[in-house]
Amino acid sequence: MSERLVVNIGPSHPSTHGVCRIVVELDGEIVTHAEPIIGHLHRGIEKMAENRTYLQIVPLTDRLDYVGSMYANWAYCRAVERLAGIRVPERAEYIRVIVCELQRIASHMMGIGSAAADTGAFTVFMYAFEQRELVVDLFEALCGSRLTYNYVRPGGVSADLPDGWVDRCRTFIKGHPDAMREIDRMLFGNVIFRARTKGIGVLDAADAVAWGASGPVARGSGVDYDLRRDDPYSMYPRFDFTVPLGERGDSYDRARVRLWECVESCRIVEQALDQLAEYEPGVIMTEGLPRLLAPGRGDAYDHIESARGCLGVYLVSDGGVCPYRMKVRSPAFSNLALLPLLATGHTLSDLIVVLGSLDPVFGEVDR
Amino acid sequence: MAGVDDFAQVLESVPGGGIILTSVDAVADWARGHSLWMMPMGTACCAMELIAASFSRFDFDRHGSIPRPDPRHTDVMVVAGTITRKMAPAVKLLWEQMPDPKWCIAMGNCAISGGIFYYDTYSVVRGVDEFLPVDVYIAGCPPRPEALQDAVLRLREKVRADSMSPGRRRAIEGVLPLPTAGDGTAEGGSE
Repeated sequence: MSERLVVNIGPSHPSTHGVCRIVVELDGEIVTHAEPIIGHLHRGIEKMAENRTYLQIVPLTDRLDYVGSMYANWAYCRAVERLAGIRVPERAEYIRVIVCELQRIASHMMGIGSAAADTGAFTVFMYAFEQRELVVDLFEALCGSRLTYNYVRPGGVSADLPDGWVDRCRTFIKGHPDAMREIDRMLFGNVIFRARTKGIGVLDAADAVAWGASGPVARGSGVDYDLRRDDPYSMYPRFDFTVPLGERGDSYDRARVRLWECVESCRIVEQALDQLAEYEPGVIMTEGLPRLLAPGRGDAYDHIESARGCLGVYLVSDGGVCPYRMKVRSPAFSNLALLPLLATGHTLSDLIVVLGSLDPVFGEVDR
Repeated sequence: MAGVDDFAQVLESVPGGGIILTSVDAVADWARGHSLWMMPMGTACCAMELIAASFSRFDFDRHGSIPRPDPRHTDVMVVAGTITRKMAPAVKLLWEQMPDPKWCIAMGNCAISGGIFYYDTYSVVRGVDEFLPVDVYIAGCPPRPEALQDAVLRLREKVRADSMSPGRRRAIEGVLPLPTAGDGTAEGGSE
């Protein structure tokens, strides 16, 4: 044991993907303990929700996971719909599936890109961001916003697909898998990236389950669990898709699972667009929904598979127009908790790689 | 800045020195205005647009602005995102580490006033101008990358009007004290 050194990283550090502070204990260059200190972006969204009506909370959920705003919108709306017993038109459900699968691509592009940039592969970040911008353009045509969409609403979606959107979307999903294969060659075939990520931050399947990891972090370790398939919601039972799995559970597998999920998302979007053509346009909102929702007393929990894992929203109603309590089960929070486990025993530079492979978003971690 | 201040004051006191000073100012401000390096103080959603602005599609480099995560290298702090009470001391520390002359851009509604988090929350600082002297405000939640580029161009106009002389320089409010939890602002804003 050489001299023990405590290093502080953050809260403003380009490699922490947000405002995370990590206190690292080092033995030489080897990490003996890493403690993420969260709360630098704690905005009290759950508390604010208690003073908002059910419709007013939707913009707040945008700001939870700001890399994938559609997910929090949808998870929240599903909880409200379950609480109030609202049935959503099938066309709206298809549109939700489409936007959320596109959102998965946008979010994973950020995840893969920043993980690549952490190992020095900055070019890949540029390539990935190009794909993200294409998705963002589609969303902008859909709801006028590039980042905070406020698109999925309780009872449906806020607007129907604009003219020509389906064709633009088809053009994108046609070209996207090739872009992914290019990134696969450029990043995952790269000797430096392989050396930096293979065998780094190995998470075995039992630990992944025990620590509540979900999403690509758990699937990278071979945990075959995806809510879209194992607790099917919305229109997912009607689609044919596979769930990519990793084998070793290291940083490489976690990043690569994200890559193949994007290709699978393209398949889902394609099928959804085909099936959507059978529904007449315009029916995107439940009829006769009051402007001021006031579900009866009770509680409801619903969860969806977000880009980061199992995103759940729990709502308690006391019969009023505002929820009595809203709780967000954030996958990024559970995944970030793995950092001390994964980083211990590796070097300080590998800690950054491990953090990048967990792909946390601090709006969602801190809420 | 003390050395520069003395130099400017001595130069202004000699006859014709003012003309030389304005010429030096013109060159210095031109150079400064065209290489405003950014300290990306990205905390939340706006940070995504900050990244997008500096990437190939919007290409911030052509304005001479590149993000550098090191405060010692930078001229302008772009506060992009919500600043919470826990984060504020770190923002202030980074601002103090930036060398003079320095400017501040408040990007997005959260950095301007707390934005959507103005009411009913206990942890958000209501605008970064509570403790930093902000030069340019960009409205939006989040603003588009073009808006950030426009802000840098606006800031360039402001930099051009700057001078070495202490007498001609814009008045800078020093760094203000950090807002504390007990200052009354936590009770639903100041109506």
